[in-house]
Amino acid sequence: MARCVHLQSLLSQHLHSLHLLASRALFSPMAGVRQGLYLPRGLGSWSSRGFSLYHVLNSASQGNSPPEDKVTIHFVNQDGVRTTTSVTEGVSLLNVVITKKIDINGFGACDGTLACSTCHLIFEENIFQKMEPMVDEEVDMLDLAYGLTETSRLGCQVCVQKWMDGMTVQVPKDVKNEKMASTVNQ
Amino acid sequence: MNTSRVFGFKTMKTLLTNRSRATITSGLRRLACTPSSCPRVCIVGGGPAGFYTAQHLLKAHPAMQVDIYERLPIPFGLVRFGVAPDHPEVKNVINTFTQTAQHERCCFHGNVTVGKDVSVEELKQAYHAVVLSYGAEGNRLLGVPGENLSGVYSAKDFVGWYNGLPCNKDLCPDLSHETAVILGQGNVALDVARILLSPLDILTKTDITQPSLEALAASRVRRVLIVGRRGPLQVAFTIKELREMVNLAGTRPDMVPADFKGIAEVLKDLPRPRKRLTELMMKAVREAPSGEGSTSRQWGFRFLRSPVEVLPTPDLTQTAGIRLGINRLEGSGDGARAVATGETEDIECGMVISSIGYQSLPIDPAVPFDPHKAIIPNAVGRVLKTSGLYCSGWVKRGPTGVIATTMNDSFDTARVLIQDIETGILDISTAKPGSQTVTPLLQKRGVNPVSFSDWEKIDAEEMKRGSVVGKPREKLLDVTEMLKTVHS
Repeated sequence: MARCVHLQSLLSQHLHSLHLLASRALFSPMAGVRQGLYLPRGLGSWSSRGFSLYHVLNSASQGNSPPEDKVTIHFVNQDGVRTTTSVTEGVSLLNVVITKKIDINGFGACDGTLACSTCHLIFEENIFQKMEPMVDEEVDMLDLAYGLTETSRLGCQVCVQKWMDGMTVQVPKDVKNEKMASTVNQ
Repeated sequence: MNTSRVFGFKTMKTLLTNRSRATITSGLRRLACTPSSCPRVCIVGGGPAGFYTAQHLLKAHPAMQVDIYERLPIPFGLVRFGVAPDHPEVKNVINTFTQTAQHERCCFHGNVTVGKDVSVEELKQAYHAVVLSYGAEGNRLLGVPGENLSGVYSAKDFVGWYNGLPCNKDLCPDLSHETAVILGQGNVALDVARILLSPLDILTKTDITQPSLEALAASRVRRVLIVGRRGPLQVAFTIKELREMVNLAGTRPDMVPADFKGIAEVLKDLPRPRKRLTELMMKAVREAPSGEGSTSRQWGFRFLRSPVEVLPTPDLTQTAGIRLGINRLEGSGDGARAVATGETEDIECGMVISSIGYQSLPIDPAVPFDPHKAIIPNAVGRVLKTSGLYCSGWVKRGPTGVIATTMNDSFDTARVLIQDIETGILDISTAKPGSQTVTPLLQKRGVNPVSFSDWEKIDAEEMKRGSVVGKPREKLLDVTEMLKTVHS
């Protein structure tokens, strides 16, 4: 984790700008899409379950760094919407979600200070095994997380490294949506 | 319909080809509105539930206007008055709430008591929907003799006192006795224990109020016993708060090892959170030095004990101790029941803090209320047997859970409300005036609402006062003073 840039330390340096970023991300669910190339798929399937959208935040539009410095990460949010983004090594996944404005409801409520579990992400088994062990405080918070799995981590504690290239991280599925659908007609 | 994918119209258009646009137009039309028929929703209560509900409503509906009514001139509810002063990181949620309050389609109206200054019926006339998110301002009573003695406090009042809740500023708790007993084993109980035993140099750097800091500096409390009616496997606190107790400088645990007999054998079958929590407790038991140590302050758990009577001093005015009934457990796990054995034991103490739970109170005769569960009866946030009424947070599900629980719960209510607009259950075809009629009504009644920018004046003043004494803020403790700051 030596190379990790935690949001907490970033916050102290760029508190204002990050809050502005977070502010924009909060209310504009499509903000992330505006930046890049969109590949809308299944647009005709707008229905009572919403429509599925696959979008790519194009690394070429994100800066001048050559592609080899970038790590590709796929996020799948609580509704199953997949977002692919390309980021620099060393930033925390919480920071990725905020700066890339990835649409995940209520993500990072405590600003990455290990005081909540809202940046809970589920990793692929092989990736999880390769990551450094968690500190007690992270496990403490994860223990309160909704939909805890064997490969769960907090996004604020995981920093992007080159070997993670191509990994998919998943937000716990919102099973409550199903529950609500079944209570509509009560 | 999953509302987290209801997008802003402008962005939507840029995305769509004509063909696909035609396909989804009917879906969007249900959400579209002319300015006169914008859905107007008001939220009663400016705490986490209210702000998280507002946040999701604003995000999920591109034209929704949201007004938040709050009784105090200041926003954020229990984030300000409940979260412990030595947990500043938890208060970071305020950053998000502030962005919500400053959203162009959101308006904060502080200093308005719904149910007194304006009725829920009047709000229903002015808005398409009313979301009740006013939390749990009452507390469960012990229901034992001696409960009203001096020296007995509710944790809610004690927490309100050190956190600057205006109605608790004159609590003046009696900290002159060595032992304090806290009844209840939730996170609030551990917050109170930690504040009672924390070294002052930790507290002086927090936003704890100056009068409570001074009272704690003079405190003679050296021993805090945290009492629960059930066993170690049924405690309600979470591991972060327990770890803080275990690591609290200048203190040592004072446990009864026999309470943990047989626990080691069942550990392996427990879910991870409960297993880790129990292991940490047992570690504290093992590490507790036997006999009198050099550390002057102690804390410990007492299990299988229910309050029977608060014992008075000979002059019958003060608390001298507490009589606890000894229980045994019937069943196991979360569902285990405490059954009185008939035996009792007395503990000498000068202070009893009852931390057995907050309780929601009814707000207005127009709103159904379940007196047994002490919640507004609802189905996923829709208030039963009414239309246009919703609820979120503690008043919806009871006073439990961490802030993320309230967040998810409030998002659910917001989703349901939007769903009802889409399906037509919630009729938004008629224009509603919103605060345009409520504000004049309030002014006619002598109530002057406080806006979010007014709060920012109070905020700036508090931070200014705090910086003088090296604290993040020095809270104003009096509503009159808050209003004076707003109008200065």
